[in-house]
Amino acid sequence: MSNAASTTEPGQRPDWLAHGVLALGVLLFVLPIWVVLMGATHDAATIGRGEVPLLPGGEGPANFAALFAGGRVGRMLGNSLLMALAVAFGKIAISILSAYAVVFFRFPGRTLAFWAIFLTLMLPVEVRIFPTFKVVSDLGLVNTHAGLIIPLIASATATLLFRQFFLTIPDEYVEAAKMDGAGPLRFFCDIVLPLSRTNIAALFVILFVYGWNQYLWPLLVATGEEVETLVIGMVKMIGSEANTEWNQVMAACVLALLPPVAVVLLMQRWFVKGLTETEK
Amino acid sequence: MERKTVFPQRLLPYLLLAPQLLITAVFFFWPAAQAVWFSFLRQDAFGIRTSFVGLENFTELLADPTYHEALRNTAVFATAVSLLSLGLGLLFAVLADRRIRGAGLYRTLLIWPYAVAPAVAAVLWIFLFHPQVGLIGRWLNGVGLGWDYKLNGGQAMLVVILAAAWKQVAYNMIFFLAGLQSIPPSVLEAAAIDGARPWQRFWTITFPLLSPTTFFLIVVNLVYACFDTFGVIDALTKGGPAKATETLIYRAYVDGRVNLDLGMSSAQSVVLMVVVILLTMVQFRYVERRVHY
Repeated sequence: MSNAASTTEPGQRPDWLAHGVLALGVLLFVLPIWVVLMGATHDAATIGRGEVPLLPGGEGPANFAALFAGGRVGRMLGNSLLMALAVAFGKIAISILSAYAVVFFRFPGRTLAFWAIFLTLMLPVEVRIFPTFKVVSDLGLVNTHAGLIIPLIASATATLLFRQFFLTIPDEYVEAAKMDGAGPLRFFCDIVLPLSRTNIAALFVILFVYGWNQYLWPLLVATGEEVETLVIGMVKMIGSEANTEWNQVMAACVLALLPPVAVVLLMQRWFVKGLTETEK
Repeated sequence: MERKTVFPQRLLPYLLLAPQLLITAVFFFWPAAQAVWFSFLRQDAFGIRTSFVGLENFTELLADPTYHEALRNTAVFATAVSLLSLGLGLLFAVLADRRIRGAGLYRTLLIWPYAVAPAVAAVLWIFLFHPQVGLIGRWLNGVGLGWDYKLNGGQAMLVVILAAAWKQVAYNMIFFLAGLQSIPPSVLEAAAIDGARPWQRFWTITFPLLSPTTFFLIVVNLVYACFDTFGVIDALTKGGPAKATETLIYRAYVDGRVNLDLGMSSAQSVVLMVVVILLTMVQFRYVERRVHY
Protein backbone atom coordinates (compact mmCIF):
# COMPACT_ATOMS: atom_id res chain seq x y z
CA MET A 1 0.00 0.00 0.00
CA SER A 2 2.81 2.44 -0.56
CA ASN A 3 2.58 5.29 -2.92
CA ALA A 4 6.11 6.52 -2.74
CA ALA A 5 5.59 9.48 -5.03
CA SER A 6 3.36 11.41 -2.77
CA THR A 7 5.31 12.33 0.32
CA THR A 8 8.30 14.48 0.12
CA GLU A 9 8.58 16.50 -3.04
CA PRO A 10 7.86 20.26 -3.04
CA GLY A 11 4.36 21.56 -3.68
CA GLN A 12 2.89 18.86 -1.51
CA ARG A 13 -0.11 20.10 0.40
CA PRO A 14 0.36 19.68 4.13
CA ASP A 15 -0.87 16.53 5.82
CA TRP A 16 -3.15 18.37 8.21
CA LEU A 17 -5.46 19.17 5.32
CA ALA A 18 -5.73 15.48 4.44
CA HIS A 19 -6.24 14.62 8.10
CA GLY A 20 -8.92 17.27 8.38
CA VAL A 21 -10.89 16.05 5.37
CA LEU A 22 -10.54 12.40 6.35
CA ALA A 23 -11.61 13.13 9.92
CA LEU A 24 -14.64 14.94 8.53
CA GLY A 25 -15.40 11.88 6.42
CA VAL A 26 -15.12 9.62 9.43
CA LEU A 27 -17.41 11.97 11.35
CA LEU A 28 -19.91 11.88 8.48
CA PHE A 29 -19.95 8.09 8.66
CA VAL A 30 -19.87 7.75 12.41
CA LEU A 31 -22.37 10.46 13.41
CA PRO A 32 -25.56 8.64 12.29
CA ILE A 33 -24.41 5.48 14.07
CA TRP A 34 -23.42 7.41 17.16
CA VAL A 35 -26.85 9.05 17.35
CA VAL A 36 -28.54 5.65 17.17
CA LEU A 37 -26.15 4.02 19.65
CA MET A 38 -26.71 6.77 22.18
CA GLY A 39 -30.44 6.90 21.51
CA ALA A 40 -30.69 3.22 22.29
CA THR A 41 -29.55 3.94 25.85
CA HIS A 42 -32.27 6.49 26.70
CA ASP A 43 -35.96 6.17 27.50
CA ALA A 44 -38.71 6.75 24.94
CA ALA A 45 -39.80 10.07 26.41
CA THR A 46 -36.38 11.68 25.98
CA ILE A 47 -36.28 10.88 22.30
CA GLY A 48 -39.97 11.60 21.80
CA ARG A 49 -39.40 15.12 23.12
CA GLY A 50 -36.77 15.51 20.46
CA GLU A 51 -33.82 15.89 22.79
CA VAL A 52 -31.48 13.83 20.67
CA PRO A 53 -28.91 12.72 23.25
CA LEU A 54 -25.27 12.65 22.21
CA LEU A 55 -24.11 11.04 25.45
CA PRO A 56 -25.00 7.58 26.76
CA GLY A 57 -27.91 7.24 29.15
CA GLY A 58 -28.70 4.52 31.64
CA GLU A 59 -31.57 2.80 29.86
CA GLY A 60 -29.49 0.65 27.50
CA PRO A 61 -29.93 -2.72 29.27
CA ALA A 62 -33.61 -2.00 29.92
CA ASN A 63 -34.21 -1.11 26.26
CA PHE A 64 -32.59 -4.26 24.96
CA ALA A 65 -34.37 -6.37 27.56
CA ALA A 66 -37.69 -4.85 26.51
CA LEU A 67 -36.79 -5.41 22.88
CA PHE A 68 -36.18 -9.11 23.42
CA ALA A 69 -39.21 -9.58 25.69
CA GLY A 70 -41.88 -11.55 23.90
CA GLY A 71 -39.37 -13.34 21.71
CA ARG A 72 -40.27 -11.61 18.46
CA VAL A 73 -37.00 -9.74 18.03
CA GLY A 74 -35.03 -12.82 19.04
CA ARG A 75 -36.77 -14.76 16.30
CA MET A 76 -36.11 -11.99 13.78
CA LEU A 77 -32.44 -12.04 14.73
CA GLY A 78 -32.39 -15.83 14.24
CA ASN A 79 -34.15 -15.54 10.88
CA SER A 80 -31.69 -12.92 9.67
CA LEU A 81 -28.72 -15.03 10.74
CA LEU A 82 -30.18 -18.12 9.09
CA MET A 83 -30.91 -16.23 5.90
CA ALA A 84 -27.47 -14.60 5.69
CA LEU A 85 -25.62 -17.85 6.42
CA ALA A 86 -27.80 -19.99 4.13
CA VAL A 87 -27.53 -17.51 1.26
CA ALA A 88 -23.75 -17.25 1.71
CA PHE A 89 -23.03 -20.97 2.02
CA GLY A 90 -25.71 -21.98 -0.48
CA LYS A 91 -24.38 -19.63 -3.13
CA ILE A 92 -20.79 -20.67 -2.51
CA ALA A 93 -21.68 -24.38 -2.65
CA ILE A 94 -23.69 -24.38 -5.85
CA SER A 95 -21.41 -21.97 -7.67
CA ILE A 96 -18.17 -23.75 -6.81
CA LEU A 97 -19.67 -27.02 -8.10
CA SER A 98 -20.96 -25.54 -11.32
CA ALA A 99 -17.71 -23.67 -11.95
CA TYR A 100 -15.82 -26.93 -11.40
CA ALA A 101 -18.05 -28.67 -13.95
CA VAL A 102 -17.63 -25.93 -16.53
CA VAL A 103 -13.84 -25.69 -16.17
CA PHE A 104 -12.67 -29.27 -15.59
CA PHE A 105 -14.91 -31.22 -17.95
CA ARG A 106 -15.84 -31.25 -21.63
CA PHE A 107 -19.43 -32.21 -22.32
CA PRO A 108 -22.20 -31.34 -24.75
CA GLY A 109 -24.08 -28.23 -23.64
CA ARG A 110 -21.16 -26.84 -21.64
CA THR A 111 -21.14 -23.44 -23.36
CA LEU A 112 -24.92 -23.24 -23.14
CA ALA A 113 -24.83 -23.95 -19.40
CA PHE A 114 -22.17 -21.29 -18.91
CA TRP A 115 -24.19 -18.67 -20.78
CA ALA A 116 -27.38 -19.58 -18.91
CA ILE A 117 -25.58 -18.85 -15.65
CA PHE A 118 -23.93 -15.75 -17.06
CA LEU A 119 -27.28 -14.31 -18.19
CA THR A 120 -28.61 -14.28 -14.62
CA LEU A 121 -26.27 -11.35 -14.00
CA MET A 122 -28.74 -9.33 -16.01
CA LEU A 123 -31.81 -10.28 -13.96
CA PRO A 124 -31.52 -8.95 -10.40
CA VAL A 125 -34.35 -10.08 -8.15
CA GLU A 126 -35.73 -6.55 -7.82
CA VAL A 127 -36.47 -6.43 -11.53
CA ARG A 128 -38.47 -9.65 -11.82
CA ILE A 129 -39.93 -9.45 -8.36
CA PHE A 130 -43.61 -10.25 -8.90
CA PRO A 131 -43.22 -13.07 -11.42
CA THR A 132 -40.64 -14.65 -9.08
CA PHE A 133 -43.02 -14.20 -6.18
CA LYS A 134 -45.73 -15.91 -8.23
CA VAL A 135 -43.47 -18.92 -8.84
CA VAL A 136 -42.65 -19.13 -5.14
CA SER A 137 -46.32 -18.86 -4.29
CA ASP A 138 -47.27 -21.57 -6.85
CA LEU A 139 -44.72 -23.82 -5.19
CA GLY A 140 -46.35 -23.12 -1.82
CA LEU A 141 -43.17 -21.54 -0.44
CA VAL A 142 -44.56 -18.18 0.67
CA ASN A 143 -43.72 -17.46 4.30
CA THR A 144 -41.18 -20.28 4.53
CA HIS A 145 -37.44 -20.11 4.99
CA ALA A 146 -36.98 -22.07 1.78
CA GLY A 147 -38.97 -19.51 -0.19
CA LEU A 148 -36.95 -16.73 1.39
CA ILE A 149 -33.56 -18.28 0.68
CA ILE A 150 -33.54 -20.56 -2.37
CA PRO A 151 -34.47 -17.99 -5.04
CA LEU A 152 -31.51 -15.88 -3.90
CA ILE A 153 -28.79 -18.50 -4.06
CA ALA A 154 -28.16 -18.82 -7.78
CA SER A 155 -25.29 -16.45 -8.40
CA ALA A 156 -23.47 -15.68 -11.58
CA THR A 157 -20.84 -13.53 -9.88
CA ALA A 158 -19.67 -16.32 -7.56
CA THR A 159 -19.56 -18.84 -10.43
CA LEU A 160 -17.57 -16.41 -12.57
CA LEU A 161 -15.09 -15.78 -9.76
CA PHE A 162 -14.49 -19.50 -9.18
CA ARG A 163 -14.24 -20.14 -12.92
CA GLN A 164 -11.66 -17.38 -13.25
CA PHE A 165 -9.66 -18.85 -10.39
CA PHE A 166 -9.93 -22.48 -11.59
CA LEU A 167 -8.51 -21.50 -14.96
CA THR A 168 -5.30 -20.49 -13.17
CA ILE A 169 -4.77 -23.90 -11.51
CA PRO A 170 -1.78 -25.42 -13.37
CA ASP A 171 -2.47 -28.33 -15.73
CA GLU A 172 0.30 -30.30 -14.00
CA TYR A 173 -1.86 -30.63 -10.90
CA VAL A 174 -4.61 -32.30 -12.91
CA GLU A 175 -2.15 -34.54 -14.74
CA ALA A 176 -0.50 -35.58 -11.49
CA ALA A 177 -3.88 -36.35 -9.95
CA LYS A 178 -4.88 -38.45 -12.93
CA MET A 179 -1.57 -40.32 -12.86
CA ASP A 180 -2.08 -41.09 -9.17
CA GLY A 181 -5.48 -42.46 -10.03
CA ALA A 182 -7.42 -39.70 -8.26
CA GLY A 183 -10.86 -39.12 -9.69
CA PRO A 184 -12.47 -35.70 -10.18
CA LEU A 185 -14.24 -35.74 -6.82
CA ARG A 186 -11.03 -36.62 -4.98
CA PHE A 187 -9.19 -33.88 -6.88
CA PHE A 188 -11.93 -31.43 -5.97
CA CYS A 189 -11.81 -32.23 -2.25
CA ASP A 190 -8.03 -32.56 -1.86
CA ILE A 191 -6.72 -29.88 -4.22
CA VAL A 192 -9.34 -27.47 -5.52
CA LEU A 193 -11.21 -26.84 -2.29
CA PRO A 194 -8.12 -26.05 -0.16
CA LEU A 195 -6.75 -23.80 -2.93
CA SER A 196 -10.05 -21.89 -3.01
CA ARG A 197 -9.99 -21.00 0.67
CA THR A 198 -9.27 -17.27 0.24
CA ASN A 199 -11.85 -16.93 -2.51
CA ILE A 200 -14.43 -18.65 -0.33
CA ALA A 201 -13.63 -16.37 2.61
CA ALA A 202 -13.94 -13.28 0.42
CA LEU A 203 -17.22 -14.43 -1.08
CA PHE A 204 -18.54 -15.30 2.35
CA VAL A 205 -18.19 -11.70 3.55
CA ILE A 206 -19.88 -10.25 0.49
CA LEU A 207 -22.69 -12.80 0.42
CA PHE A 208 -23.34 -12.66 4.17
CA VAL A 209 -23.83 -8.91 3.87
CA TYR A 210 -25.98 -9.42 0.77
CA GLY A 211 -28.20 -11.98 2.51
CA TRP A 212 -28.51 -10.04 5.76
CA ASN A 213 -29.39 -6.80 3.99
CA GLN A 214 -32.15 -8.14 1.72
CA TYR A 215 -35.25 -5.98 1.91
CA LEU A 216 -37.69 -6.15 -0.99
CA TRP A 217 -37.71 -9.94 -1.27
CA PRO A 218 -38.38 -10.71 2.43
CA LEU A 219 -40.94 -7.89 2.46
CA LEU A 220 -42.99 -9.91 -0.03
CA VAL A 221 -42.20 -13.49 0.99
CA ALA A 222 -42.11 -13.21 4.79
CA THR A 223 -45.79 -12.52 5.33
CA GLY A 224 -45.84 -13.69 8.96
CA GLU A 225 -43.70 -13.28 12.03
CA GLU A 226 -42.23 -16.78 11.78
CA VAL A 227 -39.78 -15.90 8.98
CA GLU A 228 -39.59 -12.11 9.34
CA THR A 229 -36.04 -10.75 9.24
CA LEU A 230 -34.57 -8.10 11.50
CA VAL A 231 -34.18 -5.40 8.86
CA ILE A 232 -37.84 -5.74 7.85
CA GLY A 233 -39.07 -5.98 11.43
CA MET A 234 -37.06 -2.93 12.45
CA VAL A 235 -38.56 -0.77 9.70
CA LYS A 236 -42.04 -2.09 10.58
CA MET A 237 -41.52 -0.92 14.18
CA ILE A 238 -41.59 2.65 12.94
CA GLY A 239 -45.09 1.97 11.64
CA SER A 240 -47.50 4.71 12.58
CA GLU A 241 -45.22 7.49 13.68
CA ALA A 242 -47.35 8.97 16.46
CA ASN A 243 -46.79 6.17 18.94
CA THR A 244 -43.44 4.88 17.76
CA GLU A 245 -41.13 3.94 20.61
CA TRP A 246 -38.06 5.51 19.07
CA ASN A 247 -35.65 4.18 21.66
CA GLN A 248 -36.76 0.62 20.79
CA VAL A 249 -36.35 1.34 17.08
CA MET A 250 -32.84 2.62 17.79
CA ALA A 251 -31.96 -0.51 19.76
CA ALA A 252 -33.31 -2.71 16.95
CA CYS A 253 -31.36 -0.62 14.46
CA VAL A 254 -28.15 -1.30 16.40
CA LEU A 255 -28.90 -5.03 16.28
CA ALA A 256 -29.66 -4.90 12.56
CA LEU A 257 -26.38 -3.26 11.65
CA LEU A 258 -23.92 -4.88 14.04
CA PRO A 259 -23.56 -8.40 12.56
CA PRO A 260 -22.79 -7.44 8.94
CA VAL A 261 -20.51 -4.59 10.06
CA ALA A 262 -18.68 -6.99 12.38
CA VAL A 263 -18.22 -9.52 9.57
CA VAL A 264 -16.82 -6.85 7.24
CA LEU A 265 -14.45 -5.39 9.83
CA LEU A 266 -13.21 -8.75 11.13
CA MET A 267 -12.64 -10.10 7.64
CA GLN A 268 -11.61 -6.80 6.05
CA ARG A 269 -8.58 -8.22 4.24
CA TRP A 270 -10.55 -10.91 2.39
CA PHE A 271 -13.48 -8.61 1.90
CA VAL A 272 -11.57 -5.93 0.00
CA LYS A 273 -9.84 -8.52 -2.15
CA GLY A 274 -13.07 -10.36 -2.80
CA LEU A 275 -15.03 -7.27 -3.66
CA THR A 276 -12.55 -5.87 -6.13
CA GLU A 277 -12.06 -9.26 -7.77
CA THR A 278 -15.64 -10.54 -8.02
CA GLU A 279 -17.13 -7.45 -9.44
CA LYS A 280 -14.55 -6.77 -12.10
CA MET B 1 -9.73 -19.41 -22.14
CA GLU B 2 -9.81 -23.20 -21.81
CA ARG B 3 -7.99 -25.82 -19.78
CA LYS B 4 -5.94 -28.37 -21.68
CA THR B 5 -6.28 -31.24 -19.25
CA VAL B 6 -9.78 -32.23 -18.22
CA PHE B 7 -11.50 -35.19 -16.62
CA PRO B 8 -13.18 -37.70 -18.94
CA GLN B 9 -16.42 -38.29 -16.97
CA ARG B 10 -19.61 -37.70 -18.91
CA LEU B 11 -22.39 -37.76 -16.34
CA LEU B 12 -20.65 -36.08 -13.40
CA PRO B 13 -20.50 -32.54 -14.82
CA TYR B 14 -24.26 -32.54 -15.33
CA LEU B 15 -24.77 -33.59 -11.72
CA LEU B 16 -22.45 -30.81 -10.54
CA LEU B 17 -24.27 -28.24 -12.63
CA ALA B 18 -27.76 -29.46 -11.73
CA PRO B 19 -28.40 -27.44 -8.54
CA GLN B 20 -27.44 -24.12 -10.05
CA LEU B 21 -29.16 -24.73 -13.37
CA LEU B 22 -32.32 -25.91 -11.64
CA ILE B 23 -32.55 -22.81 -9.44
CA THR B 24 -31.67 -20.59 -12.36
CA ALA B 25 -34.39 -22.11 -14.53
CA VAL B 26 -37.11 -22.07 -11.87
CA PHE B 27 -36.40 -18.71 -10.24
CA PHE B 28 -34.76 -16.72 -13.02
CA PHE B 29 -35.75 -17.73 -16.53
CA TRP B 30 -39.27 -18.92 -15.85
CA PRO B 31 -40.29 -15.73 -13.99
CA ALA B 32 -38.52 -13.53 -16.53
CA ALA B 33 -40.42 -15.26 -19.34
CA GLN B 34 -43.63 -14.91 -17.36
CA ALA B 35 -43.02 -11.20 -16.87
CA VAL B 36 -42.75 -10.80 -20.63
CA TRP B 37 -45.93 -12.87 -21.16
CA PHE B 38 -47.95 -11.06 -18.45
CA SER B 39 -46.96 -7.72 -19.90
CA PHE B 40 -49.15 -8.54 -22.92
CA LEU B 41 -52.14 -9.46 -20.76
CA ARG B 42 -54.76 -7.52 -18.90
CA GLN B 43 -57.08 -8.65 -16.14
CA ASP B 44 -60.54 -7.18 -15.68
CA ALA B 45 -61.35 -5.26 -12.51
CA PHE B 46 -62.36 -8.40 -10.61
CA GLY B 47 -59.38 -10.46 -11.67
CA ILE B 48 -61.60 -13.09 -13.26
CA ARG B 49 -60.98 -12.71 -16.96
CA THR B 50 -57.62 -12.19 -18.56
CA SER B 51 -57.26 -11.09 -22.14
CA PHE B 52 -54.39 -10.59 -24.53
CA VAL B 53 -53.93 -6.90 -25.24
CA GLY B 54 -50.70 -6.85 -27.22
CA LEU B 55 -48.57 -3.80 -26.52
CA GLU B 56 -51.39 -1.87 -24.89
CA ASN B 57 -49.82 -2.06 -21.40
CA PHE B 58 -46.64 -0.54 -22.78
CA THR B 59 -48.32 2.23 -24.76
CA GLU B 60 -50.48 3.09 -21.77
CA LEU B 61 -47.45 3.03 -19.46
CA LEU B 62 -45.37 5.26 -21.68
CA ALA B 63 -48.25 7.71 -22.09
CA ASP B 64 -48.87 7.92 -18.34
CA PRO B 65 -47.69 11.27 -16.93
CA THR B 66 -47.10 9.72 -13.49
CA TYR B 67 -44.74 7.20 -15.13
CA HIS B 68 -42.88 10.11 -16.71
CA GLU B 69 -42.62 11.59 -13.24
CA ALA B 70 -41.20 8.33 -11.89
CA LEU B 71 -38.70 8.34 -14.78
CA ARG B 72 -37.69 11.90 -13.97
CA ASN B 73 -37.38 11.10 -10.27
CA THR B 74 -35.21 8.10 -11.08
CA ALA B 75 -32.97 10.19 -13.34
CA VAL B 76 -32.51 12.93 -10.72
CA PHE B 77 -32.03 10.43 -7.91
CA ALA B 78 -29.60 8.15 -9.78
CA THR B 79 -27.51 11.03 -11.11
CA ALA B 80 -27.27 12.78 -7.75
CA VAL B 81 -26.52 9.58 -5.82
CA SER B 82 -23.82 8.53 -8.31
CA LEU B 83 -22.14 11.93 -8.50
CA LEU B 84 -22.15 12.44 -4.75
CA SER B 85 -20.93 8.97 -3.79
CA LEU B 86 -18.34 8.80 -6.58
CA GLY B 87 -17.00 12.25 -5.75
CA LEU B 88 -16.67 11.59 -2.04
CA GLY B 89 -15.38 8.06 -2.64
CA LEU B 90 -12.62 9.40 -4.89
CA LEU B 91 -11.75 12.22 -2.48
CA PHE B 92 -11.40 9.89 0.51
CA ALA B 93 -9.52 7.28 -1.52
CA VAL B 94 -6.96 9.81 -2.77
CA LEU B 95 -6.40 11.12 0.75
CA ALA B 96 -6.31 7.71 2.45
CA ASP B 97 -3.90 6.43 -0.20
CA ARG B 98 -1.28 9.01 0.77
CA ARG B 99 1.41 8.05 3.17
CA ILE B 100 -0.03 9.90 6.09
CA ARG B 101 -0.11 8.72 9.65
CA GLY B 102 -3.10 6.51 10.32
CA ALA B 103 -4.07 5.91 6.68
CA GLY B 104 -4.94 2.31 7.52
CA LEU B 105 -7.13 3.39 10.42
CA TYR B 106 -8.97 5.90 8.24
CA ARG B 107 -9.55 3.18 5.65
CA THR B 108 -11.07 0.88 8.26
CA LEU B 109 -13.24 3.66 9.63
CA LEU B 110 -14.48 4.59 6.16
CA ILE B 111 -15.12 1.09 4.80
CA TRP B 112 -17.77 -0.24 7.14
CA PRO B 113 -20.89 1.59 5.86
CA TYR B 114 -20.69 -0.89 2.97
CA ALA B 115 -22.16 -3.45 5.37
CA VAL B 116 -25.15 -1.33 6.40
CA ALA B 117 -28.42 -2.36 4.75
CA PRO B 118 -30.03 0.38 2.62
CA ALA B 119 -33.12 0.24 4.83
CA VAL B 120 -30.98 0.55 7.96
CA ALA B 121 -29.13 3.49 6.42
CA ALA B 122 -32.51 5.10 5.83
CA VAL B 123 -33.49 4.64 9.48
CA LEU B 124 -30.15 6.14 10.59
CA TRP B 125 -30.95 9.19 8.50
CA ILE B 126 -34.45 9.41 9.96
CA PHE B 127 -32.78 10.09 13.30
CA LEU B 128 -30.81 12.91 11.71
CA PHE B 129 -33.50 14.53 9.60
CA HIS B 130 -36.83 13.71 11.23
CA PRO B 131 -38.53 17.08 11.85
CA GLN B 132 -39.40 16.22 15.47
CA VAL B 133 -36.87 13.66 16.71
CA GLY B 134 -34.00 14.17 14.24
CA LEU B 135 -30.78 15.90 15.30
CA ILE B 136 -30.43 18.08 12.21
CA GLY B 137 -34.14 18.22 11.38
CA ARG B 138 -34.95 19.84 14.70
CA TRP B 139 -32.11 22.27 14.35
CA LEU B 140 -33.29 23.29 10.86
CA ASN B 141 -36.75 23.94 12.25
CA GLY B 142 -35.22 25.76 15.19
CA VAL B 143 -33.54 28.29 12.88
CA GLY B 144 -36.83 28.72 11.04
CA LEU B 145 -36.18 26.84 7.82
CA GLY B 146 -39.50 24.96 7.88
CA TRP B 147 -38.02 21.51 7.52
CA ASP B 148 -40.36 18.53 7.04
CA TYR B 149 -39.41 15.95 4.45
CA LYS B 150 -42.75 14.25 5.01
CA LEU B 151 -44.57 17.23 3.49
CA ASN B 152 -42.01 18.80 1.17
CA GLY B 153 -41.18 16.78 -1.94
CA GLY B 154 -37.87 18.49 -2.63
CA GLN B 155 -36.66 17.91 0.93
CA ALA B 156 -37.80 14.29 0.73
CA MET B 157 -35.77 13.78 -2.44
CA LEU B 158 -32.75 15.40 -0.77
CA VAL B 159 -32.93 13.05 2.24
CA VAL B 160 -33.27 9.86 0.18
CA ILE B 161 -30.37 11.00 -2.01
CA LEU B 162 -28.17 11.67 1.03
CA ALA B 163 -29.04 8.35 2.69
CA ALA B 164 -28.53 6.32 -0.51
CA ALA B 165 -25.25 8.09 -1.38
CA TRP B 166 -23.93 7.82 2.19
CA LYS B 167 -24.16 4.05 2.01
CA GLN B 168 -22.41 3.83 -1.37
CA VAL B 169 -19.35 6.03 -0.67
CA ALA B 170 -17.49 3.19 1.06
CA TYR B 171 -17.94 0.87 -1.92
CA ASN B 172 -16.59 3.47 -4.34
CA MET B 173 -13.69 4.29 -2.06
CA ILE B 174 -12.63 0.62 -1.92
CA PHE B 175 -12.51 0.43 -5.72
CA PHE B 176 -10.76 3.78 -6.13
CA LEU B 177 -8.16 2.69 -3.55
CA ALA B 178 -7.54 -0.51 -5.51
CA GLY B 179 -7.30 1.55 -8.71
CA LEU B 180 -4.87 4.03 -7.15
CA GLN B 181 -2.63 1.26 -5.90
CA SER B 182 -2.28 -0.14 -9.39
CA ILE B 183 -0.85 3.13 -10.72
CA PRO B 184 2.93 2.76 -10.88
CA PRO B 185 4.57 5.30 -8.53
CA SER B 186 7.34 5.87 -11.09
CA VAL B 187 4.92 7.68 -13.41
CA LEU B 188 4.00 10.11 -10.68
CA GLU B 189 7.63 10.50 -9.60
CA ALA B 190 8.63 11.34 -13.16
CA ALA B 191 5.94 14.00 -13.35
CA ALA B 192 7.00 15.39 -9.99
CA ILE B 193 10.61 15.65 -11.17
CA ASP B 194 9.36 17.48 -14.27
CA GLY B 195 7.83 20.00 -11.88
CA ALA B 196 4.14 19.08 -12.09
CA ARG B 197 2.25 20.29 -9.05
CA PRO B 198 0.13 17.75 -7.09
CA TRP B 199 -3.12 19.21 -8.41
CA GLN B 200 -1.80 19.02 -11.99
CA ARG B 201 -0.50 15.49 -11.43
CA PHE B 202 -3.87 14.38 -10.21
CA TRP B 203 -5.83 15.67 -13.18
CA THR B 204 -3.30 14.84 -15.90
CA ILE B 205 -2.04 11.47 -14.65
CA THR B 206 -3.95 9.90 -11.78
CA PHE B 207 -7.45 10.71 -12.93
CA PRO B 208 -7.01 9.52 -16.54
CA LEU B 209 -5.32 6.32 -15.31
CA LEU B 210 -8.27 5.73 -13.01
CA SER B 211 -10.75 6.01 -15.87
CA PRO B 212 -11.41 2.25 -16.20
CA THR B 213 -12.28 2.14 -12.49
CA THR B 214 -14.37 5.29 -12.76
CA PHE B 215 -16.28 3.99 -15.74
CA PHE B 216 -16.96 0.66 -14.08
CA LEU B 217 -18.14 2.45 -10.95
CA ILE B 218 -20.46 4.78 -12.86
CA VAL B 219 -22.33 1.74 -14.21
CA VAL B 220 -22.39 0.00 -10.81
CA ASN B 221 -23.60 3.16 -9.09
CA LEU B 222 -26.38 3.71 -11.60
CA VAL B 223 -27.51 0.11 -11.15
CA TYR B 224 -27.34 0.55 -7.37
CA ALA B 225 -29.31 3.79 -7.43
CA CYS B 226 -31.95 2.37 -9.78
CA PHE B 227 -32.51 -1.04 -8.22
CA ASP B 228 -30.92 -1.50 -4.80
CA THR B 229 -32.34 1.58 -3.14
CA PHE B 230 -35.85 0.25 -2.69
CA GLY B 231 -35.21 -0.15 1.04
CA VAL B 232 -34.02 3.45 1.43
CA ILE B 233 -37.15 4.84 -0.20
CA ASP B 234 -39.55 2.44 1.48
CA ALA B 235 -38.19 3.10 4.97
CA LEU B 236 -37.85 6.88 4.57
CA THR B 237 -40.65 8.19 2.39
CA LYS B 238 -42.64 5.31 0.85
CA GLY B 239 -42.35 7.16 -2.44
CA GLY B 240 -44.04 10.25 -1.04
CA PRO B 241 -44.97 12.93 -0.41
CA ALA B 242 -47.32 12.93 -3.42
CA LYS B 243 -45.04 10.53 -5.34
CA ALA B 244 -42.13 12.98 -5.16
CA THR B 245 -39.64 10.18 -4.41
CA GLU B 246 -41.31 7.39 -6.39
CA THR B 247 -38.65 5.80 -8.57
CA LEU B 248 -39.25 3.20 -11.30
CA ILE B 249 -38.63 0.25 -9.01
CA TYR B 250 -40.86 1.68 -6.29
CA ARG B 251 -43.60 2.36 -8.82
CA ALA B 252 -43.43 -1.24 -10.10
CA TYR B 253 -43.78 -2.41 -6.51
CA VAL B 254 -46.77 -0.17 -5.82
CA ASP B 255 -48.55 -1.30 -9.00
CA GLY B 256 -47.94 -4.97 -8.28
CA ARG B 257 -48.42 -5.07 -4.52
CA VAL B 258 -50.87 -2.33 -3.74
CA ASN B 259 -52.81 -1.92 -6.98
CA LEU B 260 -52.53 -5.64 -7.86
CA ASP B 261 -52.21 -4.71 -11.52
CA LEU B 262 -50.14 -7.64 -12.78
CA GLY B 263 -50.13 -6.56 -16.44
CA MET B 264 -48.92 -3.03 -15.73
CA SER B 265 -46.43 -4.22 -13.14
CA SER B 266 -45.03 -6.81 -15.57
CA ALA B 267 -44.76 -4.23 -18.33
CA GLN B 268 -42.66 -2.16 -15.91
CA SER B 269 -40.57 -5.21 -15.02
CA VAL B 270 -39.87 -5.69 -18.72
CA VAL B 271 -38.83 -2.05 -19.09
CA LEU B 272 -36.53 -2.42 -16.07
CA MET B 273 -35.05 -5.64 -17.45
CA VAL B 274 -34.21 -3.84 -20.68
CA VAL B 275 -32.49 -1.11 -18.65
CA VAL B 276 -30.42 -3.63 -16.64
CA ILE B 277 -29.50 -5.60 -19.75
CA LEU B 278 -28.32 -2.41 -21.47
CA LEU B 279 -26.30 -1.32 -18.44
CA THR B 280 -24.76 -4.79 -18.07
CA MET B 281 -23.85 -4.91 -21.74
CA VAL B 282 -22.16 -1.53 -21.49
CA GLN B 283 -20.22 -2.83 -18.50
CA PHE B 284 -19.15 -6.05 -20.20
CA ARG B 285 -18.06 -4.35 -23.37
CA TYR B 286 -15.75 -2.41 -21.15
CA VAL B 287 -14.57 -5.53 -19.30
CA GLU B 288 -13.78 -7.16 -22.66
CA ARG B 289 -11.64 -4.19 -23.60
CA ARG B 290 -9.93 -4.23 -20.25
CA VAL B 291 -8.97 -7.89 -20.71
CA HIS B 292 -7.20 -7.18 -23.98
CA TYR B 293 -5.58 -4.01 -22.67
